[in-house]
Amino acid sequence: MLRLLGARLLQGAIVLWIVTTATFVLIHAAPGGPAVLADPKLSAVERTAIEHQLGIDRPLPVQYLAWQSSMLRGDLGRSFLYQTPILETVLNRLPNTLLLVALALIAALALALPVGLYVGARPGTPIDRFVATANFTALAIPPFWFGIIALLIVAAQWHLLPAGGMMTPGVEISVIDRIRHLILPVAVLAFPIAAELIRFTRSAVREAWTAPHLAPAMARGLGARAVSRSHVLRNALLPILTVLGLQVPMLVGGAAVTETVFAWPGMGRLGVEAALGRDYPLVMGITVIVAATVVLTNLLLDLAYRWADPRVRTEG
Amino acid sequence: MKRSFLPLALLALFAFGGPIWYRIDPTAIDLGRTVAEMSRAHPLGTDESGRDVLARLMTGGQVSLLVGILAGVVALLVGTIVGALATARHPWLSAATSRLLDAAMAVPSFFILLVTVTLFGGSTTTLVLAIGSTAWMSIARLVRAESLSLRERDYVTVARALGQPPVAVFRRHILPHLVPTLVAAASVGVAQAVLAESALSFLGLGIEPPTASWGNMLTGAQQNLSQAPWLAIYPGLLIVLTVLAVNAIGESAHLRSRVA
Repeated sequence: MLRLLGARLLQGAIVLWIVTTATFVLIHAAPGGPAVLADPKLSAVERTAIEHQLGIDRPLPVQYLAWQSSMLRGDLGRSFLYQTPILETVLNRLPNTLLLVALALIAALALALPVGLYVGARPGTPIDRFVATANFTALAIPPFWFGIIALLIVAAQWHLLPAGGMMTPGVEISVIDRIRHLILPVAVLAFPIAAELIRFTRSAVREAWTAPHLAPAMARGLGARAVSRSHVLRNALLPILTVLGLQVPMLVGGAAVTETVFAWPGMGRLGVEAALGRDYPLVMGITVIVAATVVLTNLLLDLAYRWADPRVRTEG
Repeated sequence: MKRSFLPLALLALFAFGGPIWYRIDPTAIDLGRTVAEMSRAHPLGTDESGRDVLARLMTGGQVSLLVGILAGVVALLVGTIVGALATARHPWLSAATSRLLDAAMAVPSFFILLVTVTLFGGSTTTLVLAIGSTAWMSIARLVRAESLSLRERDYVTVARALGQPPVAVFRRHILPHLVPTLVAAASVGVAQAVLAESALSFLGLGIEPPTASWGNMLTGAQQNLSQAPWLAIYPGLLIVLTVLAVNAIGESAHLRSRVA
């Protein structure tokens, strides 16, 4: 258990190293350097001063080590656009994104587990084929377009739900109002994740039904429902958890697009705004924080994996 | 398998062949007729700047298909190389590549794309390279899984026993059998790339107007959602059809690789 956790931590460290190094390489490969230096009014002296202040007059390996060590200290620099410390700016927006992502994950699981469990036990039936086709189609729909269509129908035509934002302006903050603003973005974000999860749950459940220990359980007189609950689901949970981990990076990317469509003040939309404003320290800071969040989530999922699989729990 | 290319070929015909007989300039602005409904002059109406929607769907399709397919090819190249290295018999080479691959799966690639377009802008070349180099992970996994099973075949063992160098064994005995898997993998890459390009262009970070792309046509559509809902329907529908067409190719190749 400890050894596996150690391996996971090492992998997380590699992920963060890849992300920080990739962003470092990208900045230095970019033509022209930082946008502040593009100002033609700058004199040579001012230019040198800015270069010195930014530390970009030092040799590349030194800059690389300085960049890595400031990352380790949690110092991500300052945003060009907002002139605020990046860590603080991003952490302010992070809870909004986490709320969206967590609710979307729960919604996706709540839909995918029952559906996958149901059709996985009935391979080849019309309902199984229908779900498979629906999934195939769902995965081809760009999430942002789905969001626009949802806005078109639910908000613009039917006026059922607000078209965006986190709260109705001028109205007192209430739970109901917040929930009304959450429904569409959560649904849009959960949609592709649910499709992917149903696909894997379906095949994992199908596989789990072929396990040899099910026959004796059935022979003992256990009903199909009880077998499904206590034997099939438990075994199918492992591949599902693995897939869930692989979905997390996709989920945060999807959050950026969803937040932009629905004007949700989260970290993803901040990243898009920063990219549009060519605020590259902010974009990189967000990328590093997102990567760290993904690593942490995967670590938590790993703990869940240990919980779900007693074989792994007793090892080492 | 050949028949599965038909839907994609039809879409390509629409995008590349369409402008040959439909000769309306997709960038011509007509401010007197913005967000106009269908008419004889504009069969699918006009957008927020009075540009012809049908003509933009065609040229936008060229951009979306080109970026999607080329980025898919880049992803296929990187993915195949990494996948092959991960199955090399060299002890630490394969271990290191596998760890790198596992780690790369956990990298939030959308944000790496954001960094890239922030620094380099959203030109076609940048998009192809950036999307291609963030979409190779699932391809590498497919290639790794398939070549791990292929390399245990008897004829591979024989070739190795005869003293053929590893690269030659891979090229001559494993790669040909990988072709259906590679087609399936390429379709995964292209589908992912089409979706990524449309998302970036929609956000204003990819292909920039006046050049049309299915993604950036939707940016204007969202602003005129209540007056002109059709602007939001057509480009999105074409993206969905393209991804479905590409996935259909992959699905049929995948079935073939199971039979072989």
